[in-house]
Amino acid sequence: MSIQSKKSTDKKVKATKKSIPAFEWKYAPAPESTDHIDIKPQYELFIGGKFVKPATSEYFETTNPANNKVLSSIAKAGASDVDKAVKAARKAYAQSWQKMPARERGKYLYRIARLIQERAREFAVIETLDGGKPIRESRDIDIPLAANHFFYYAGWADKLPYAFPNRKPMPLGVAGQIIPWNFPLLMAAWKIAPALATGNTVVLKPAETTPLTALKLAELIQEAGLPEGVVNVVTGFGDTGAALVNHASVDKIAFTGSTPVGKYIQKAIAGTGKKVTLELGGKAANIIFDDAPIDQAVEGIVNGIFFNQGHVCCAGSRLFVQENIASTVIAKLKRRMKTLVVGDPMDKNTDIGAINSAAQLKKIQHYIQLGQQEGAEIYQTDQALPDKGLFCKPTLFLGTSQSHRIVQEEIFGPVLTIQTFRTIEEVIEKANNIPYGLSAGVWTDKGSKIFNLSNRLRAGVVWANTYNKFDPASPFGGYKESGFGREGGLHGLYPYVQFEH
Amino acid sequence: MSATEIRKTYKLFIGGQFPRTESGRYYKVSNAKNEVIANMCLASRKDFRNAVVAARKAFESWSTKSAFNRSQILYRMAEMLEGRKAQFVDELMQTGMSKTMAEKEVRLSVDRMVYYSGWCDKYHQLFGTVNPVSSSHFNFSMPEAMGVIGVIAPESHPLLGLVSVVLPLIAGGNTVVVLASEKHPLCSISLAEVLATSDLSGGVVNILTGKSQELHTHFASHMDVNAILYARADAKEKKTMAELSALNVKRSFFYERDWYRADAENPYDILDFQEIKTTWHPIEQIGTSGAKY
Repeated sequence: MSIQSKKSTDKKVKATKKSIPAFEWKYAPAPESTDHIDIKPQYELFIGGKFVKPATSEYFETTNPANNKVLSSIAKAGASDVDKAVKAARKAYAQSWQKMPARERGKYLYRIARLIQERAREFAVIETLDGGKPIRESRDIDIPLAANHFFYYAGWADKLPYAFPNRKPMPLGVAGQIIPWNFPLLMAAWKIAPALATGNTVVLKPAETTPLTALKLAELIQEAGLPEGVVNVVTGFGDTGAALVNHASVDKIAFTGSTPVGKYIQKAIAGTGKKVTLELGGKAANIIFDDAPIDQAVEGIVNGIFFNQGHVCCAGSRLFVQENIASTVIAKLKRRMKTLVVGDPMDKNTDIGAINSAAQLKKIQHYIQLGQQEGAEIYQTDQALPDKGLFCKPTLFLGTSQSHRIVQEEIFGPVLTIQTFRTIEEVIEKANNIPYGLSAGVWTDKGSKIFNLSNRLRAGVVWANTYNKFDPASPFGGYKESGFGREGGLHGLYPYVQFEH
Repeated sequence: MSATEIRKTYKLFIGGQFPRTESGRYYKVSNAKNEVIANMCLASRKDFRNAVVAARKAFESWSTKSAFNRSQILYRMAEMLEGRKAQFVDELMQTGMSKTMAEKEVRLSVDRMVYYSGWCDKYHQLFGTVNPVSSSHFNFSMPEAMGVIGVIAPESHPLLGLVSVVLPLIAGGNTVVVLASEKHPLCSISLAEVLATSDLSGGVVNILTGKSQELHTHFASHMDVNAILYARADAKEKKTMAELSALNVKRSFFYERDWYRADAENPYDILDFQEIKTTWHPIEQIGTSGAKY
C-alpha cells in the first residue's frame, strides 16, 4: 500500500493550510479474503430449475468497479428467453407452488434464509466485488438483512388469513420483478420473499452491472430444492426488463429503480390489468433542528448520504440545518468527512467504496459540475482517490437553494446539498416541495416536534434521530413520484395478493 | 289558481360554492319519458382545474381534522340526506327507476354514509402496525391520506354509486373532485346541497357535471392530482387514464362493482387511497454515551 502512504503525506501537507484541524487516520490495510469465493467464468440463465444457455447466444461482462477487472461473463436473455422463463413460472404456479400447502411453502423460504446465512461471507464478498460497496456494509447490512427478509416472510406463508381481516387472500400468479444495482441481493430478497410466501412464482431480472449474487441465489435456490420454475432468473439489460414487463402472461410487475423507468413501466402496462408496485427515486430531506443532539446528527448526516456511496434511493441528500447552528454543524460535518476512508471496497476499514459503474460516475460528475455552474459552493476532502477503478470524493454543496437542479434532482451519489432554515413551517414547505417523497430525517430532542414533522412530511419513511435503518418487519416505500406499494412488514404482503370475492 | 313551479338551476359545486361552468356550455338532461328536465353545466377543463385548486386548498385542514370530527361530519351528511329523502327519490324516479328501487337506493346511500362515518376513527387501528424491528428502535406504520383524488363516478346509480366511491375517500382524509353520472346527474349534483349543509368544509368534495369523454384525460394528466378512481366500464378510457397517470406516478384505481352488494362497502376501499408512513425512533440511546443513533 505504498500508494496510500504517499497520498496521506500529500494530504497532511494540504491539510495544514486549512483552518479546520486535520486528522490523520492511519489504518493498516485489512482486505477481506477472496480465497473461498467461487465465481464461475460464465453464468447461464436460471429457467425452470436449470441453468440454460440463452437463445441469443450472447453474453456480457460484469466487472469489479474498484479495479475494472472482469469477474464473469453473463448470459443475455432475449425476448424468447424471457418467454421461456415466464412459461416455466406459470407452469410451476399451476402445477406445484399454488397447490402446495402454505406451511410447506414457508419451509422452503426458511431453507433459503438458512442457506444465505450459511454462505453469508461468500455472498458478501461477491456483492462487494461485483457492486463496489464496502465489505463492511455487504457483510453487516445487505446479506444479513436479505436472510432475515426470507425468515420474516417464511413465517407469513401459513398465516395470511390473519393479515387481511374479513378477506380471503389469493396469489396473483406470475410476478415479474426487476431490481437495481445498489442493493443487489437485498432487493432480490425484498422481491422474492413476499411473492413466494403469498403463493406466487417469480421471474427476476437483476441489474446488468450486478448480476452475480442473484445468480448465486439461483444456485442456492436449486440447492434448497424448490420446485422447478418457482424462481427464474433472467439476466440482461433494459430490453430484457422490457420483455418481462410487456409479457402477456405476467400478472404482476414489481420494480425498484429510477423514476423515469418506473413511469415507462406504469405506462407500458396501462390497460393490461397487471398489478404493479414501483419503488422509485428519492431526494430526502434530512432536517437538523437547533435542539438536536449535534454529534449524533452529524453521524446521521454522514450515514444518510455516504452510506453505499450515496447509491441509495432514500439517501438523505438534502440537508436542512437550522440557521443558528449551521456553522457548527457544517464544521463538524467537514471534520467528520476527513475521517472517511474512500477506497478499496474489500478493505474492512473502507467507508466509501467504488461507484457502481462508469455511467453512474459520469452522471455524478455531471451533477458536481452543474452544482458549481449553478453557483453553489463545493466542498470536498483532499483525500486522494485510488488510481484505478471508479471513485468519487464525498461532496458537499453549500449555499444551495430550492431552485438548484442539484437540490431538485436525484444524483444517486455521495453528494449532499445544504440549505438553512429558520422556522418549522419553512422547512416543512421546502422539504415537501419536490416531486419525490420516499423518506425523510428529523433530528431534535423534542418529542412533540418529531410527531409534528412526522405527520406533515410527505414521505413513506421518516427516520427521527436516526437514518437509513431497514428491517424486514418495517414497511418501506414512497409517496408521490417515489412510487407506490410497500415492501416489508405486513403491508408488504398486499402487493402480492388479490381478494376472493 | 295553482302557483307556478320554481324550477331549479343545476350548477357545479366547487370549493363550497355553486358556480356555473366558466365555459358557459350546457347539455340537456332528459327524464325516462325523454322530456328535457334540466340544462346541466357541461364542465370544462378549466372548471376541473379550479376544482383541483379548491380540493388542494381544502386538503391540509380536512386531512388534519381529528378522525372523530370527520366521523361526525360524515354522520351529519347521513342526517341531511335522510331529511331530504323525498327529493332524492323523486330525482331518481325521473331516471326511470321504480319508487321501490329509488327508495332502496336512497336508504342504502344513507346507510353507506353512516357506515363510513363509523370507519373514520377506526381504520387506522385496522391498517396501522407497530413493527417489531430487530434493532433498538420504536417503529410504527400508519395510514395517511393520499391527497387530491380525481373520481369519475359510476354512470348508473347516480346517488348510491357516487356516495360509494366518494365516502371512503373523504373518510380517509382525502379531498375529491368527482364527475357525476353524465346521463343522470340530477341527484348527484343535488347531493352537493346535502354536503354544503353538513359542516363539510368547502373544497373537500367538488362535484362536476359533464362528459367523461371530454374530461377523463384531464383527470389523469393533472400534475396536482395524487390518484384517480374510475368507476365506469369504458376500456379505452381506462387505458388512456392509466397511461396518463404515469406522468406523475398517480395511483390509479378502476372499480366495477354491484353497488347494492354488501361488500360494496368495506374498509379496503379506504385503504386503497391511503399511503403507509413508517416512523422510526431510537429507544433510549440518543444522547447517551457513544455515537448511537
